[in-house]
Amino acid sequence: MGNYLLIDFGSTFTKLCAINSEAEDLLGTASDFTTVESDISIGYHKALNKLYEKIGKTIKFDQVIACSSAAGGLKMAAIGLVEELTVEAAKRVCLGAGAKVDLILSHHITKAEVRKIMEEKIDIVLLAGGSDGGNAECVIFNADVLGKMGIKVPVIFAGNKSAQDDVQDIFDKYEMDGYICENVMPKINILNIDSVRDKIREIFLKKIIEAKGIKRIESEIDQVILPTPNAVLEAAILLSKGYLNESGYGDLVVLDIGGATTDMYSICNTTRRSDVLINGLEEPFAKRTVEGDLGMRYSAPGIIKSLTKQEIEYINMEKNVEIEKEVCKRFNDVQSLPQNVHDEFIDQFLAEMCAYRAMHRHCGRIEEVFTPMGVVYNQTGKDLTEIKYVIGTGGVVINSKDQEKILAGTTNILHNKTELRPSHPHFMIDQSYIMASMGLLSQMEPLLALKILKKYIKQIR
Amino acid sequence: MKTIVIGVIGADVHAVGNKIIEYTLNNAGYNVVNIGVLSSQEDFINAAIETNASLILVSSLYGHGEIDCRGMREKCVESGIADILLYVGGNIVVGKQDFGHVEEIFREMGFNRVFAPGTPIDNALGNIQQDLGE
Repeated sequence: MGNYLLIDFGSTFTKLCAINSEAEDLLGTASDFTTVESDISIGYHKALNKLYEKIGKTIKFDQVIACSSAAGGLKMAAIGLVEELTVEAAKRVCLGAGAKVDLILSHHITKAEVRKIMEEKIDIVLLAGGSDGGNAECVIFNADVLGKMGIKVPVIFAGNKSAQDDVQDIFDKYEMDGYICENVMPKINILNIDSVRDKIREIFLKKIIEAKGIKRIESEIDQVILPTPNAVLEAAILLSKGYLNESGYGDLVVLDIGGATTDMYSICNTTRRSDVLINGLEEPFAKRTVEGDLGMRYSAPGIIKSLTKQEIEYINMEKNVEIEKEVCKRFNDVQSLPQNVHDEFIDQFLAEMCAYRAMHRHCGRIEEVFTPMGVVYNQTGKDLTEIKYVIGTGGVVINSKDQEKILAGTTNILHNKTELRPSHPHFMIDQSYIMASMGLLSQMEPLLALKILKKYIKQIR
Repeated sequence: MKTIVIGVIGADVHAVGNKIIEYTLNNAGYNVVNIGVLSSQEDFINAAIETNASLILVSSLYGHGEIDCRGMREKCVESGIADILLYVGGNIVVGKQDFGHVEEIFREMGFNRVFAPGTPIDNALGNIQQDLGE
C-alpha cells in the first residue's frame, strides 16, 4: 500500500529507506548522525531532507516505521543457574531478541551483582534457572535479592515453572515491574525462545523506547517496533526461508561489522550429517552472536587485546604499521572516517580480524573421539560448513575496496579442522544497507521485503 | 516425582542399554533426564543441579569406568549437591576382575551403589525404590 519510510536509529547513524510498494522498489536511502542526546528528530530531519534531495521531491509516506539501537541499544542482564545450561539459554534468548547482554550471572546472585545491574544501567533483567520441575530454590532466592535491593527495571522471569507462583509473590511483595514467561530451558538442553522474545519486544515498545528519548519522535512517525539487530535477524530469516512462491536462498550467514560490535547471524540447522553426535544445549535455527569487544571504533582496542606482544610485533612488521597506535586513534575519535589510503588499509585489516574472530566464536566445533567402537565425531555448536551464502553488511564492509577478503575471514582460511566454518560460500553484499529496513518491512509485507532484499543484496563481482 | 539423571560416561557410545534404562525408569514413574552417550562428569552434575535430581545413574560399558568416574563425588560436593546418590553400572573395568574388589574401589570413590556386569535394570529398580523411599 503506497509509500513506506523505514528508519533505523543506529548508535551512530540514523538511516532512512523509502519504498514504493506498487513499483516493488527502493525509492532511495539517506543517512545522518543520530542525535539522541539532544533531540532525536534533528538528525532524523537532516536525513529526511537528504532523502528528498536524492529523490528530487518530497513524498507523502503512508506508513513510517522504525527500529532502534540508539542510546546504547537494548541492554540486558541474563541470570541463570548453571553456566552451560540456563545461563547460556538465557544469554541466547536475549541475543535472539536483539539485545546486548552486558551482564551474565549464575547461581545465587549477590548484592554486589545487583548493584552492578543498577550501575550498568541495564534495561531489562532476564531471570532464569532450573528446568521445569527442577531446582526452584536458587531462582526464588535470586528474585528475592532483586526485590530486596529495590530493582526498578523490568524483570522477566523465565525459569522453573514450579517457581512461578513464588516469584509472582515476590514481584507483588516488592512492587516490582515483573513479568512471568515460559521457561527458557524447560528440559535439559532444550531451548525455548519464543515466549521470552515476544515479552522483550513488548517491553521494548512500551518502556525502553521512552526511556531512551526515542518516544519523542513518535508524533512524527507511526511506530518504533523492533530493536535493530532483531530486524536484521528477521530479514536474514526471510531471505533464507523465502515466502509463499518467492523462493529463499537457503542456509546463510550474515556478518555485520559496526563501530561498537560485530554481529554474526546464522540461519541453518545444527547439522546436516547423520554420523555425528551432538553435545550440549540445543542451538537456535536463527542464531545471533554479538562480540562487544570487536568493532571498528569504540571496540577497536578489543581486536588486538588478546594478541600476544609477539603477534603484534609480527603484524607491525608484516604490514608495516603501528597497529596499537592506529587502534587507539580510532577509539579516541569514533566518528572518524578513513581520510587516505593508509586509513583504508588499517580499517580493512581490522575488519578482516573482526570477521575472523567473530566467526571463531560463532561457529561450532567437531572433534574425533577414538572409542573402542572406532572413531566417532562429536559436535558442539552449529555446523556451518555447507552454508551457501555469506552476506556482509555494515559501513566498513560496504565501503571496502576488497569486500571479498573481509567476508573470506569467516571461512576456514587457517585450515583449522575442528572449526565448522563455511567451507565454500558465495559472498554477497548488502550494498544499499537495507537489511534492517527490510526486516521492519517484513513485519507488514514479507513478500515485498523479500523481493527487494533479493534485488539489492548482490553477489560480489 | 523424583528425578534421575542417566547417561553413558566418557568416550563411550553404547546407546542401547541407555535407552532400556530410560524406558524402565520412566515406566516405574520416575522423571528421567537422559543426557545420552559421550557425557562428561560435568554434564551429569550440571543436569542434576538444574533438575534438582535425587540420583545420578552412570553407565559405562567400555572398560574405562574407573578413570572416567574418578573425582566425580568431589565435584558433586563442590557443586553443592554433596548428598546426591551416585550409582554406577555396566562393564566398568577391563576384563573379568573380582567384582568384590571392583565394588570396593567405586565405593571408596563415593558411589553409593555399584552394579556387577550383566545386572538387568529391573533388578536395580528395587535398590532405587529403596534408596529414594518410594
